[in-house]
Amino acid sequence: MYMFKYVMKRLGLMICTFFIIFTMVYVLIKLLPIPTNVLPGQDPEIVMRTLEGRGWITNIREGANGVWEYDRVPILLQYGTYLKRIVTSGDFGIATTYGEYLNMNIWKVFINHLPPTILINIYSTIIGVPIGLGLGILAALKKNKWQDQVINVVIILLISVPNIVLALMLQYVFCFKLGWFPLTMSTSDDYFTWEVFRSMIPAVFALCLGSIAGYARSTRAELSEVLTGEFMLLARTKGLTKRQAVLRHAMRNSMVVIFPAILGEFVGVLSGSLIIEKMFAINGVGGLYLNSIIFQDYDFFMLLSAFYTLIGLTAGIVIDISYGFIDPRIRMGAK
Amino acid sequence: MDNTFNNIPIEKFQFAKKNDIYHDKKLETKPVSYFQGAFRRFSKNKGSVVGGIVIAILVLFAILAPFFTPFKPAYYDMVYSYVTPKNNLFVNSGLDFWDGCRDKETNFVTFLKDYALSVETGREVIKHGEYTVNAEGNYVYRYDTYYGVGFGKYKTISQEEFNDIQRYQNETGRQVLYPVVKLKDRPTLEKNKYDANIYYVTENPKASVIVPKLDENGMVIPNYWKYEAGDTSSLIPEYNSLRIEGENGITEDGKQYFYAYGRKVDGGIEVRAEYYEYYIYQHNEVLKDGIKEPTFWFGTTQTGKDIFACLAYGARFSFVFATVVAIANFIVGVIWGSISGYFGGKIDLFMERISEVLSAIPTMIVITLLKYHMGASSQTLVLFIAFFLTGWIGMAATTRMQFYRFKNQEYILAARTLGARDARIMFKHILPNGLGTIVTRIALVIPAMIYSETSLSYLGIINLEAGNTTSVGTLIAAGQQSITANAGYVALFPCMFLVLLMLSFNLFGNGLRDAFNPSLRGTED
Repeated sequence: MYMFKYVMKRLGLMICTFFIIFTMVYVLIKLLPIPTNVLPGQDPEIVMRTLEGRGWITNIREGANGVWEYDRVPILLQYGTYLKRIVTSGDFGIATTYGEYLNMNIWKVFINHLPPTILINIYSTIIGVPIGLGLGILAALKKNKWQDQVINVVIILLISVPNIVLALMLQYVFCFKLGWFPLTMSTSDDYFTWEVFRSMIPAVFALCLGSIAGYARSTRAELSEVLTGEFMLLARTKGLTKRQAVLRHAMRNSMVVIFPAILGEFVGVLSGSLIIEKMFAINGVGGLYLNSIIFQDYDFFMLLSAFYTLIGLTAGIVIDISYGFIDPRIRMGAK
Repeated sequence: MDNTFNNIPIEKFQFAKKNDIYHDKKLETKPVSYFQGAFRRFSKNKGSVVGGIVIAILVLFAILAPFFTPFKPAYYDMVYSYVTPKNNLFVNSGLDFWDGCRDKETNFVTFLKDYALSVETGREVIKHGEYTVNAEGNYVYRYDTYYGVGFGKYKTISQEEFNDIQRYQNETGRQVLYPVVKLKDRPTLEKNKYDANIYYVTENPKASVIVPKLDENGMVIPNYWKYEAGDTSSLIPEYNSLRIEGENGITEDGKQYFYAYGRKVDGGIEVRAEYYEYYIYQHNEVLKDGIKEPTFWFGTTQTGKDIFACLAYGARFSFVFATVVAIANFIVGVIWGSISGYFGGKIDLFMERISEVLSAIPTMIVITLLKYHMGASSQTLVLFIAFFLTGWIGMAATTRMQFYRFKNQEYILAARTLGARDARIMFKHILPNGLGTIVTRIALVIPAMIYSETSLSYLGIINLEAGNTTSVGTLIAAGQQSITANAGYVALFPCMFLVLLMLSFNLFGNGLRDAFNPSLRGTED
């Protein structure tokens, strides 16, 4: 019951924070000029009517020399319409300036671009977690021996070498020089074929190398501390083998720190890495986001901003709450 | 000490005299202050010291390198695109390294073209003229990317420039202009017609790929535009300057011929100017921008930008920017954090909520909104505000923790009892104790900031090129596009810079953290 109350409280706070940010971003976006530019071959009246239909402008009239005049709807009124549409019909708007997706439903475009982003991150977690934990455990068990030192150097290198350089190196060596993988991700929609998977591999590795280092480092630090605990001595004295003692007692205890990190990373990576997505030309949310910035498509930008903000906030909460679940001694938010 | 006495001998004892007064001895060792101790611990950590030295070298590079290169980030020359790194020290060293060449494996026709170019200009387009033929019949040699440009396209210049080049040639004795080929003798396709590197008779002028015709000695046959002495065509401009070797003596059928060094066209004179010499002429005589000759230490990008200059200015910008933002963050963060931490209670709660909301907004969104609102004019300002807006929060949190740690200690109570004011306690008694941790935080924040700036430039969200500088990220983006052009060096240098920077800052920061860790105090002796 206590946990339930705590979770509810955190969720409530999160929704508040999210709402504040969402509103701020909306107002700031709406303070910008309305994109009324008419593409060649487009009827200006249709553009105007579309904007009116979206609830952005009102009182359209054709001026003297073919220039369309209009009045802006007050921002709070627009915000009301916007929220009402989202809540009642799940309508996040249509693309107004984003060339490729012009006049398409933003939500549908967004949903279509989610799978590559999510897949890449799931693969990267599946690969990264075991390797990272394994390296960390090995380093902790062989502390101060050569295995530990080698792993340590690798960890420092992987953490220090920026993701951007790591990804570029992988792309150069494995995709270009050796030609094992295609340079960029395949644009095919059949995500579960070997061809597409193969084209994802470099991006997946580029994404998970950093987290491997992170997991390995925290596992090593945590486990080597737990291993010196007195209860480990007790476990050995009561007749457990070293393996049993490590797996059943030490690992479980060190998981208190590591597991929340994994959960948080898993939620966090849904947003993906803009850099990796750009470098490997992944047809995901990151590309949409970058283009919405370039095309100044405000509704698109709102949706994607909300998405990234939500994921960031959720990741924080998931980490906090999972501490309480994994170790009953920790009572989050207790006085 | 010798403790093996069974009984202490009597000689060891002395009677104390009545007037003797024995005080505690004064401590002879010098007191070690917090920062002295930290410095001593830091200098024992080899990795951190090396990190510090590397940082110093990188900072020196960023400060000094722009003075050593005449190139600017705004400079570009599309003709010299993808020329490889060249340093004059290495050119004649006999090493196939840093010499402006690259390994080229190609078929006979391309080889022949490079060879023909080197014959005409007398330059080592093929390094040392050495080549080998491999099993597939391909020619393998070191191809000089600078001289290999040759003439580029036919260039149309004004009459004044034509005269000036002649004057320059006469004064310096350097050959810029070479004889042109008559329009109707050139290959027919547009792309070949204006290719000034084709000065020879071709097998098939209509073909897309031009194959030079060879004479019985296996040499290409020059196809220069000849005119008879005294016969001045209206299309041939007057030319009284250097002529190529062996020209004046051309006599056929008892008549003396000259080569044409230009062709009058609309808007000026069409010439074949050897680009290497023309470049030197252009920069030394016309532009006078301090560029002596085309030598790019780190090579050039696809658009012909000098990577060395871009990297140097980009690094300088990164360092200056990160330092300025760090200082701003430090000032605001420390003030905010100390107020929030020292007074606690409702003030703390309120201030924490503000920073919580601010920190929940992804930096990317902040930057985009700023960019929308401030236009493309002041990217540096956008970056600064964006990094400042969310950057101070971390600093404030660190300071707040330090204040919480110290504010309830006895010495603070003592200070308050003696009547010290809040401001004095905050900045005289608490802050100096927490300073180590805060400084460490700066050392860790600076590389993070540089990396953020690099990524934003890489993603193209921020474009510093408009502000007459550039960013390492922009260079990396250019480098990534160059991968497929087999020009790995474009990405190599900026990546190396970034890796060295991150690695050394990490080592340095970790060393600082350990050095300022009070629990390690005294453990080293």
